[in-house]
Amino acid sequence: MTVQPTPPPQGGCRNAPVLKERGQREVFCGLTGIIWLHRKMQDAFFLVVGSRTCAHLLQSAAGVMIFAEPRFGTAILEEGDLAGLKDANAELDREVARLLERRPDIRQLFLVGSCPSEVIKLDLSRAAERLSQTHAPRVRVLNYSGSGIETTFTEGEDACLCSMVPVLPATDARELLLVGALPDVVEDQMVGLLEAMGIGPIRLLPARKIDDETAVGPNTVFALTQPFLGETAAALRGRGATHIAAPFPFGEEGTTAWLAAVASEFGVDAETFAAVTDAPRARARKAIAQASEGLNGKTVFFFPDSQLEIPLARFLTRECGMTALEVASPYINHALHGPDLDLLPAGPQIAEGQDVEKQLDRARAARADLTVCGLGLANPLEAEGLTTKWAIELVFTPVHFYEQAGDLAGLFSRPLRRRGVLKLEAAE
Amino acid sequence: MKLSVWTYEGPPHVGAMRVATGMTGLHYVLHAPQGDTYADLLFTMIERRNHRPPVSYTTFQARDLGSDTATLFKDAARDAYERFQPQAMIVGASCTAELIQDDPGGLAEALNLPIPVIPLELPSYQRKENFGCDETFFQIVRALASPIERTPEVTCNLIGPTALGFRHRDDVEELTRLLADIGISVNVVAPMGSAPADIARMGAAHFNVLMYPETGEAAARWCERELGQPFTKVVPIGVGATRDFLSEVAGITGLPCKADESRLRLPWYSASVDSTYLTGKRVFIFGDGTHVAAAARIARDEMGFEVAGLGCYNREMARPIRALAKDFGVEALITEDYLEVEDAIRELQPEMILGTQMERHIGKRLGIPCAVISAPVHVQDFPARYSPQMGFEGANVIFDTWVHPLVMGLEEHLLHMFRSDFEFHDDAGASHHGAAAVSRVEDGGPAPQTPRSLPAEMKDEANVIWLADAEAELRKVPFFVRGKARRNTEDFAARQGVSEISVDTLYEAKAHFAR
Repeated sequence: MTVQPTPPPQGGCRNAPVLKERGQREVFCGLTGIIWLHRKMQDAFFLVVGSRTCAHLLQSAAGVMIFAEPRFGTAILEEGDLAGLKDANAELDREVARLLERRPDIRQLFLVGSCPSEVIKLDLSRAAERLSQTHAPRVRVLNYSGSGIETTFTEGEDACLCSMVPVLPATDARELLLVGALPDVVEDQMVGLLEAMGIGPIRLLPARKIDDETAVGPNTVFALTQPFLGETAAALRGRGATHIAAPFPFGEEGTTAWLAAVASEFGVDAETFAAVTDAPRARARKAIAQASEGLNGKTVFFFPDSQLEIPLARFLTRECGMTALEVASPYINHALHGPDLDLLPAGPQIAEGQDVEKQLDRARAARADLTVCGLGLANPLEAEGLTTKWAIELVFTPVHFYEQAGDLAGLFSRPLRRRGVLKLEAAE
Repeated sequence: MKLSVWTYEGPPHVGAMRVATGMTGLHYVLHAPQGDTYADLLFTMIERRNHRPPVSYTTFQARDLGSDTATLFKDAARDAYERFQPQAMIVGASCTAELIQDDPGGLAEALNLPIPVIPLELPSYQRKENFGCDETFFQIVRALASPIERTPEVTCNLIGPTALGFRHRDDVEELTRLLADIGISVNVVAPMGSAPADIARMGAAHFNVLMYPETGEAAARWCERELGQPFTKVVPIGVGATRDFLSEVAGITGLPCKADESRLRLPWYSASVDSTYLTGKRVFIFGDGTHVAAAARIARDEMGFEVAGLGCYNREMARPIRALAKDFGVEALITEDYLEVEDAIRELQPEMILGTQMERHIGKRLGIPCAVISAPVHVQDFPARYSPQMGFEGANVIFDTWVHPLVMGLEEHLLHMFRSDFEFHDDAGASHHGAAAVSRVEDGGPAPQTPRSLPAEMKDEANVIWLADAEAELRKVPFFVRGKARRNTEDFAARQGVSEISVDTLYEAKAHFAR
């Protein structure tokens, strides 16, 4: 197929030296993923076994509280649980029984490990097995860690999906498995495009409900829709499935490259591919051109947050005319991020991990036109005169595939436009 | 173990952060795992602060647990000192670091930093955010303040305000003005706005104004004992409480303490005829103990409301709130479980809720208006405009804030008169709230603004059935009193042993409860 993107003339970033930093990391822990995962899996409940801090994080990160009784909660460890005065397992069984009685609509329960539960070595995998036996067949109980000592922000979703892989039914069918939690509207667009090319059957992980027909086996091929699913990919390979490597589907170019990689795996001819993608490609290009007007020729600096940084830097530099000064990611995984690194024009400092004070010094020295950072840093940097984009919105907003490409550019251009429209000085 | 969905208070180290973030020249080194930095956003986003909280986290991960987290802490403390050059430092652990027992206090002491380093012991599995504020401020005062010569003129310290406090910024300004008005100047405001050097000057004041017992009482008691400074017990929220506060200050200082009341408008606004409709409105009050106690007095004595129920989430205040509830002839609800609060509100069917961010959401779910009187609050409760709760301007602000969610006097009458009017019907809500017009659901549809569902057990106990014509008649009652009408009628029916509610039952109940 002829739609492969052209690598940058001066070379990409795959072999660029990486600045590896270890110091204070201003990032969320993996529990944060529960905020979108519980909306995605409509019959799942996420029970964090942790402290008041965990509960406080969830409600603070949710920003605006989702007050329709959410399908997540925290079993808060108390003094007695720690001192061994009470059997923590018996306490957990009691809370789970009470919860499942109150919420008969729950079909899958995730016990989510936290920093304190891991430090006191509460064995949630055994608890999950025990509770699965008690509550089968109505409820399946799984466990994963969303703790800050094990996971950084989006790695929580990776850990969650990874925990589901061993219990997926086996299949020998040749199926396409698409992995990553996307908003329903985006997921429908993605499936629609692939089905229009004659690709199928298509399965999703996570499925919206436990009874959906997601299975895995040696003839499964899978594609990731998010760049932070390394452990899940490894688990799927462990069950014999084959990974389709591709740039991630952000922007017109990324979406086309991603679809092309899947299409070529399924032997879709160029004509069919063009018939399906030409119209949305043109729409996406037009939308990006409009939304990215204010981005052209501007510089961008990425703090590490979600592992979306490298694919997004590729989008901003190649499709919106920006220059990246620093692109930092909590982790860099060449098997996953390699195709995007190949396309990202050489030049920016690539960084992995964080030492936030040192990175702030670099950001202040660089004074990029746009600094992409977490919620804790955005207002302080604005007060220093930098224009910022808070990164968490990139995870909470539909931004993948053609129809959202313009919105994605808009998320970055809006802060710059806003700075331009505000006239707060005296007229003369 | 206790299942919790939303919490009224964060963990105690967040309380310590509120103290540190309110202060200047102080740095907090917090032994905490990666992810606990989320707490920064409380200050930078919810409170819109333009600086990062002065907190260095060790953000240890699993790989560090196997090696040496103590060294990590020492490095973080040394780096923080070198980078920020604070006048003093507080050090402590979050919930996870408490479990690994690295002893931040001992480690920091071993560094021999040339500034005071104050260790904090905040038991994360027993205590909560307000305790964290109170204890941290107390430890700072104990370490830095000592008896010094008093100022020649009568001065006081304002103690208790912190970062992320409900209207603390404006309360400080209002109280400073009020005190200036009676000839008393403020020596130190702390913790918010003070540096460690200011804490050392606290002993120069003649007395302390304890603004918020939740966050400053331990320090106030210590100052009373060690610095010989009496402190005020009345929290000046509301007209009566502000006047009581002034006479308390007069008692302490021997000054006349006559304040200028020319800016005070609540009494006249409440007495003016338009406010007649406020009489006997049933309100439910929930929040921290201090704000609930103040709100209850204002509600009954200054607004003419009926307090249908009250309670607080901080157990430290359980005793005074129980006593207060007794005085009001209601049962106090002391709980940190918002589901219990929601049940209580649903059962009482008040016409308005005075609560926190949580109760605002409960009110939204139940279709009951709510005004916010207490932390925890969200970004919209840190307004750009000046809007204190304390003092005379605070009373004015409270009058406006509490009346705003209600349907206004004349409009209430019009809704009664034209309850079935095609555009002035009650599903449209209060006209000054600017929601898009909703066309009236024609007969047969469900009555939208009634409480969505009665708890199952209540229905069972009451075991009364609404006949169709009575249900239709109930629907003609305006939405803001419909919940009360339903509840009164069912109570009446149950008491009369009637199992079916007809239109007659509805009006008999109305006559029975007429006031």
